Amino acid sequence: MNEGSMILKSARLVDGSIIDLRIENGLIAEIGTAMAQGGTSIDLEKNLLIPGLVDLHTHLREPGREDSETVATASAAAVTGGYTALSAMANTFPVADTAGVVEQVFRLGQEAGLCDVFPIGAVTQGLNGVALAELGAMANSIARVRMFSDDGKCVADPLLMRRALEYVKSFNGIIAQHAQDPRLTVNAQMNEGIVSGKLGLTGWPAVAEEAIIARDILLAEHVGSRLHICHLTTAGGVELVRAAKARGINVTAEVTPHHLLLTDELVVGYNPVYKVNPPLRTAQDVEALRTGLADGTIDIVATDHAPHPTEDKDCEWQVAAFGMLGLETALSVVVSAMIDTKMMDWAKLVDRMSIAPAKIAGYSAHGQGIAVGSAANLAVIDTSAVWQVDRNRLASKSRNTPFHQMNLSAVVKRTFFNGLQVFNDGEVLNRGGK
Amino acid sequence: MDRHLLSINDLTRAEAFGILNTAHELSIISDGTLKKLPTLRGRTVVNLFFEDSTRTRISFESAAKRLSADVINFSAKGSSVSKGESLKDTAQTLQAMGADAVIIRHGASGAAQRLADSGWIQASVINAGDGTHEHPTQALLDAYTIRNSFPEYTDSFEGLRVAIVGDILHSRVARSNVLLLKKLGAQVTLLAPPTLLPVGVDSWGVGTSYQFDEVIPKVDVVMMLRVQSERMLDSFFPSEREYSRSFGLDSRRLDLLPPRSIVMHPGPMNRGLEISAESADSHKSVVLAQVANGVLIRMAVLYQLLGGQTLGDTSSVQPITQVANK
Repeated sequence: MNEGSMILKSARLVDGSIIDLRIENGLIAEIGTAMAQGGTSIDLEKNLLIPGLVDLHTHLREPGREDSETVATASAAAVTGGYTALSAMANTFPVADTAGVVEQVFRLGQEAGLCDVFPIGAVTQGLNGVALAELGAMANSIARVRMFSDDGKCVADPLLMRRALEYVKSFNGIIAQHAQDPRLTVNAQMNEGIVSGKLGLTGWPAVAEEAIIARDILLAEHVGSRLHICHLTTAGGVELVRAAKARGINVTAEVTPHHLLLTDELVVGYNPVYKVNPPLRTAQDVEALRTGLADGTIDIVATDHAPHPTEDKDCEWQVAAFGMLGLETALSVVVSAMIDTKMMDWAKLVDRMSIAPAKIAGYSAHGQGIAVGSAANLAVIDTSAVWQVDRNRLASKSRNTPFHQMNLSAVVKRTFFNGLQVFNDGEVLNRGGK
Repeated sequence: MDRHLLSINDLTRAEAFGILNTAHELSIISDGTLKKLPTLRGRTVVNLFFEDSTRTRISFESAAKRLSADVINFSAKGSSVSKGESLKDTAQTLQAMGADAVIIRHGASGAAQRLADSGWIQASVINAGDGTHEHPTQALLDAYTIRNSFPEYTDSFEGLRVAIVGDILHSRVARSNVLLLKKLGAQVTLLAPPTLLPVGVDSWGVGTSYQFDEVIPKVDVVMMLRVQSERMLDSFFPSEREYSRSFGLDSRRLDLLPPRSIVMHPGPMNRGLEISAESADSHKSVVLAQVANGVLIRMAVLYQLLGGQTLGDTSSVQPITQVANK
């Protein structure tokens, strides 16, 4: 595949320079200026060219809940949002806790052919938190799983968490923890605070996240392994990670776009589109998360893209499903939260959304920067454009975006995967995959 | 407040007093020979009850019937709801049947608001208790009952001291009462073990205390809340006896109350737990008056919502005595 060459003209890089770039066999073959025409040529009109975004936290729902999303529709949503790599969370039906299931998801990603789909393996069998899944078998499968998570559930048993952290050291794996003490969050519906007290909804206190983060940081230090904290939401959690990093402990953390922009005040009105786990927090937490992302305490942005069919949100708050769509709005939400507020520049954004996540998960063909020899996994952004989110015009199969009708900054114009254009100006270009 | 009554927040102070005034007018008629008014003839009122509550249901049913409305009782138990039918489908079914008002009791906080906001149904929605959120007609009937006992507070509750005692955390009655009593001007103190006070209660604009004996000589109204004994299993308090000793209204505490004060309880009471039999049956107890007033308040709410009048805007409401004489 990928034979022939293509020239991308007038690309603006994050340092402001304008370059041309030649892609050959899926790799960046040459970078220059006023490059000679020949074969296919695309004028990027001085739009920003960045490495394709990398998501370490995506719910693709296949196998099992194809009514809400499939690997193919999630891939289409991904490239629409400028992503070239996804990480498929393990809470499918069946659970991705065996080599067979992770290989199936990996192959579905290749068949879709729009971006890379890297499966995340379950830490425990059936996500039940009782016994380790066959982590080695998943690591040695063709999916080459390195990141493991029971996301949606916390690995609450401290001994099991210790064992998992130790066990994955043999293949440089990493445990991604959904930090939620289950006993402190029985039937929890939203952030515990002033709003939950008024609405009469059972609270999900910040301490339930922070207690697990603190414990797991100490465990990771004790056994000398790698810990990744999923979707950090609390100011206290940011402090814990900051202190751990200062002590040299090998911990990384992610924040979702929605936790950078939305607060628990939105729950007033009981619209379940704002129901998510972990929950939307307070404005003070949002501020701490933004500061943490800007100063590097929080390493990356991850979407926690969680599609749900209409009927699972068109109901009472208490019975509604947790989760929000994220892939197609992530970049613009982060721009609105971090760049429009002057807390970060584009170089930092590219680090947090592409370079750093690829490094944490070991995705060597992604997040490589615009350099000769790198895989041509790229996104083109119109940084000055503003768009209005319309939930009825999403590539995802589901409609549960909390950003419906919001005006957001920056538009993804094009996405390239292994040198092929897979998204152009609102349209997913289906190349048929492998 | 226009079409629905979902929360006390939907009402202004004037509108709230307007409902109390309408209920008072209705009480004058009810004391006479006329039991039934023709106001809502031809209108359909649905009691949509997802939780068992015979008392609240018959109170609303009685109110609607005294206004000559057709009443449909839709109980979730034994209905299609227990077969997995969603709130949305149920609402759309009621819409197709031509319901003018839906009175909803639901175990999920916010269910009444979802019903009103989601475009599933055009009817007026009255919240008859949603989870641990609100129960606005209970608060209105409580305020009405208080006013009957204290005529000096007819136009304002400024200076009135109310203690609400018990499981504030899980109580929709407490939430609606706090909002309404504050709106009317009363000074509210919440009494509960710290485990049963919500996080953020400091922002409610009320006092809190853990010491019943210190508060009780200084209140005009003591409102006892039902305590579910299953809270004990979740370690909100160690035992029923310990709860009762600290927060129960027994004879000794009854004697500590100022002479003119009243004892309230939304029912059903756990005699011997949050309230002793002596207190429940004492001359200070207005528990049965609360029940009777419930029908009047619900008539007033239905009258104003379905009579095409803004709730509480009594200036534009046709005098009830005229309606009755037609």
